[in-house]
Amino acid sequence: MNWETVIGLEIHAQLATKSKIFSSSATAYGAAPNAQANLVDLGYPGVLPVLNREAVRMAVKFGLAVGAGISRRSIFARKNYFYPDLPKGYQISQYEKPIVEKGTLEILLEDGSRKTIGITRAHLEEDAGKSLHEDFQGLSGIDLNRAGTPLLEIVSEPDMRSAKEAVAYMKKIHTLVRYLEICDGNMQEGSFRCDANVSVRPFGQEKFGTRCEIKNLNSFRFIEKAINYELARQIELIEGGGKVRQETRLYDPDKGETRALRSKEEANDYRYFPDPDLLPVALDDAFIESARASLPELPDQKAARYVKEFGLSDYDAGLLTASREMGDYYESVVAKLQGQEKLAANWVMGELSGALNKDGLDITASRINPAQLAGLLARIADETISGKIAKEVFEQMWIEGKDADAIIESKGLKQITDTGAIEKVIDEVMAANPKQLADYRSGKDKLFGFFVGQVMKVTGGKANPAQVNELLKQKLAG
Amino acid sequence: MTELHHQTLSELRAGLRARRFSSVELTKHYLARIERFDSQLNAFITVTAESAVRAAEAADRELETSNAPALTGIPLVHKDIFCTDGVLTTCGSKMLSNFIAPYDATVVERLARAGVVTLGKANMDEFAMGSSNETSFYGPVKNPWDLKKVPGGSSGGSAAAVAARLTPAATGTDTGGSIRQPAALTGLTGLKPTYGRVSRYGMIAFASSLDQAGTLTLTAEDAALLMSAMAGFDARDSTSVDVPVPDYLSALDQPLSGLKIGLLKEFFEKGLDEQSAKLVREALSLYERLGAKLIEVSLPNLPLSVPTYYVVAPAECSSNLSRFDGVRFGHRCDNPSDLLDLYRRSRGEGFGPEVKRRIMTGTYVLSAGYYDAYYLRAQKVRRLIADDFARAFSNVDVLMGPTSPTPAFDIGAKVDDPITMYLNDIYTIGANLAGLPAMSIPCGFAGELPVGLQIIGPHFSEAKLLNVAHGYQRETQWHRRIPKGFI
Repeated sequence: MNWETVIGLEIHAQLATKSKIFSSSATAYGAAPNAQANLVDLGYPGVLPVLNREAVRMAVKFGLAVGAGISRRSIFARKNYFYPDLPKGYQISQYEKPIVEKGTLEILLEDGSRKTIGITRAHLEEDAGKSLHEDFQGLSGIDLNRAGTPLLEIVSEPDMRSAKEAVAYMKKIHTLVRYLEICDGNMQEGSFRCDANVSVRPFGQEKFGTRCEIKNLNSFRFIEKAINYELARQIELIEGGGKVRQETRLYDPDKGETRALRSKEEANDYRYFPDPDLLPVALDDAFIESARASLPELPDQKAARYVKEFGLSDYDAGLLTASREMGDYYESVVAKLQGQEKLAANWVMGELSGALNKDGLDITASRINPAQLAGLLARIADETISGKIAKEVFEQMWIEGKDADAIIESKGLKQITDTGAIEKVIDEVMAANPKQLADYRSGKDKLFGFFVGQVMKVTGGKANPAQVNELLKQKLAG
Repeated sequence: MTELHHQTLSELRAGLRARRFSSVELTKHYLARIERFDSQLNAFITVTAESAVRAAEAADRELETSNAPALTGIPLVHKDIFCTDGVLTTCGSKMLSNFIAPYDATVVERLARAGVVTLGKANMDEFAMGSSNETSFYGPVKNPWDLKKVPGGSSGGSAAAVAARLTPAATGTDTGGSIRQPAALTGLTGLKPTYGRVSRYGMIAFASSLDQAGTLTLTAEDAALLMSAMAGFDARDSTSVDVPVPDYLSALDQPLSGLKIGLLKEFFEKGLDEQSAKLVREALSLYERLGAKLIEVSLPNLPLSVPTYYVVAPAECSSNLSRFDGVRFGHRCDNPSDLLDLYRRSRGEGFGPEVKRRIMTGTYVLSAGYYDAYYLRAQKVRRLIADDFARAFSNVDVLMGPTSPTPAFDIGAKVDDPITMYLNDIYTIGANLAGLPAMSIPCGFAGELPVGLQIIGPHFSEAKLLNVAHGYQRETQWHRRIPKGFI
C-alpha cells in the first residue's frame, strides 16, 4: 500500500527578552545553577507573577509576520502537574485563548514549488527548569535558571507531507524569528526546539491516522531523521498487522531511533484553568500598530526583491535571505559591485559560506568583510584574475585578513592577458610534448584538456583561461 | 490615666504623639499581656519580643522628630499568612512549620514603613481553610469571651489577640469571611477591603481570586488608620488595582442622614439565630434614627454562594498548594525512596485533613470531564451573584445583614461535620465572590457572646463603609466591651 505522511510541528522559540516572562530575573544562558532564579522563579509562598510586556510585544510581532489574528484578549492558564523542575506545580501557559491565532507561512520546496503551511496558533508560556542527574550520586539536582524563561509555542496545522517539508517549515520559522529579533535561534542552547506529531494514512484517505508525538527535537538533522524513522516504524507496524498507539516518543540521536515515553492513557490530566493571579491580557490598537511599525523587511519580501532587483533565482534568493545577517552582507557586497549581483550571490553562498562553516563562524564574525569580498570580486569582473585564482586569493585573504589587491600584488597572481606571452608558453608546451601533439592532430580531441592544463601549469594558473582556449585551438590546429 | 490596653489604636497614637507614654512602654505592656494571657488563648504562633522592643526604641527616637510616619510606635500583630522577613511564617501548617520567610509581604512592608511595631504572628486555620481556627497545626484558638468557644476563623488568632487586648490591632485575610466572621464572634471591627485594594504579594495564597488582606481592630477609626497605610496599588500584584486611595479618616464623620441601606432579605430568612436577628434589627433601627432609609433588597442568586465558593476556592487552592512539594522549602519527609515517595509523604504528613479535603475537592472539580459541570458553572453563578449585587447597589448605598448565623459555637462542635461548618460562612461569602468590600461591627451581645452586623458596599467604597460603621460606633459602646478575664 502507498502511505501518506502527515506531520504537524509544535515549535518552542525562546523569546529574546532580557528578563523572564513573570519575574525580573535575567534570562541569559550559562550562569551557575540557580544564580538566575529569584523567589518568583523558585515558586516561594506568597509571590506573584507579573507579565513581561516585551514578551507580549514579541508574540504580537510574530503573529503579524505570519498574517495571523492577534487576540485583543488572551488568557493565561495553569497547567498543573508535579515535577521537581516545575517549582509551582503548574506551568503558566495560554490554553483556550492564545495571543496569536490562524496564520500561514509559505515554504519553498526542493523542486522549486511553493507550499503554504497553516499556523494554528502561537501562545506564550513559561519554560520549566532543568533536572541534573549526573553530578549527584543517587540524587538529582535542580537548576531553575531556565524556569520562567518566556517561550512562544508555535503550533502548525498537520499540513506537512514529508520530513523534508517539516525541515523546510522549521527552517523558515527559524529564519523568521531571527529576522524579527524575537529569538536568537540557538538550537544547541535549546532556544529553538520542536515536537513533531507524526502519522501515516493510506493515500486518498481523508481521516488522519493515529499520531505519535516526538518530543524535544533540537536540530534540523535530527528532525528529519527522527521523522523518517518514525514513519518507517509506523508503516512497518501497520503492515505487520499492528496498530499505532497514540503516545509520546523520544528521539535518541545516538541510536537514531524513537522510543516510547508515555502512552495517551498515562498522560497527565493537566487540570487547566485560568490563572487567577493574572488578568486577561488586553491589547489595544496602539500596541498592535506599534508592533507592526517595528517589523523589519521579512524574508519573503526580501527574497522577492532580490529576484526582481538582482535577477537571482528563487532558490538563490531564498538561500541568501535565510538569515537577516546573510542578506545584509550580500547587499553590502552588491552595493559596491553593481552589475555583478549573480557573481556576488555565488561567492556569498559558495566560498564564503563554506569558509564560515569550516571555521564555525557566524557571518557577522566573517574574517572577510563585505568590502573586501567586493574588492576581490571586482578583480574577477575586470579580468585581473581568473575565478580559479580568485579562490586562492580568497583563501589567503581568509588567513591573512588582507585585501585582495595586496595579495594579488605580493604573490604576482595578476592574470596574464598578453597574447604574445601566452603564445610563447603555448609554443614551449607544444615543443615539449611532441607525441601528444601528434596524437591530437591525428584526431585525439580529448588531449585538448591536457594542453590547457600544461599551459596553466607553466603560468601558475595565471593565464586568462578564455584566451588560452582560443590561442591553443589556433596553434594546435597548426 | 486609662489602662493602655483599654485604648483604641487611635487613642494610643495620640498618646504616643503627645509623649504621654513611650512606644517601648506600650510595646512592653502588650508583650507582658501576651506573656500572661496567651497560654489561655493560643492566639500566637510566634512572639517577636526582642525585635519588637528594638523597633519600639527606634520608634521612640522617631517620635522625637517632627516627621514620624502615621503609625510610628503602634504595636501590631500579623496573621501568620503574611511573609515576614527572617521570621517563621507557618500559615498554621506543619508544612511550613520550619519556614523562615526570606522577604516581607507588601502589607508587612507598608505597615512597617508607616512605623508599626510587630509583636508577633497570629495563629490561624491551616492555610486559612476553616471557620473556627480548629484546623491549625498549632492547635485551636480560644474565644476570650468564653474559652470553651471558638473565636471564628480563619483569622482566629488575630481576632482573639485583639479582643483580649493583647494587641491594639491585627492584620487578617478574608477569602470567604475569615476576617468578618471572627470579628463578629469576638466583638471586633473587621474590614475586608475590595478585591485588589490591598496587595496580595507575600500573602500565602489560598484562593487567589478571593483572598484579600484586611484589618481586625476595635473601631472603624482604627481600621481607617491602618487602611491608609495598607491600601494602594502594588506593581508586584497584577490583580491589585491602580485606584487612588481616598482619605479614610476625613470621611469618617460624614452624616448618615439620607443613607440608603439595603436589607438583605435572604439573610433573615432561615438558619439565623433569633437573638442575633434581634440585635441586627436593633442596629438597623439605630441607623434609621440617624436618618438612614431602610430598603428591602433581594439577591436571588445569593443562596448559591456557598456551593459556588466550595467549587471555586478548592479549585484554586488545589493548584496554589502544589508548590508545597518538599523540594525547595517547608516540610520534607524523612528518607524518601524516590520522587513519588517524596511527594506523597511530604504532602501527606505536611497537610492536615481540612487542607487535604479541599485539595481533593479542587482537583476533582478541575479534572477532565468535570471542569464544565463544576468549575465553569461555578464561575457563571459567580457572575450572576456579582450581577445581583451590582443591581442592588443601583438602589442603595450599602447592604446590611448579620455576619454570622450564630454567635461563637463550642470548640469541637462542628469539626466532624464540614458541611455545617461551611454554612457558617453563608452570609460572608457573597462579598468575596463579587470582590466587594465588607465589614463586621459589634452590634450587641447574645448572653456573653458578641454578635456582628455586616455592612457590604460597592467596589472601592471602603471610605463609605468606615463612615457608616463609625457613625454607629459614635452612638454605641459595644466595641468598648472587654472580655471579663482580660480586663
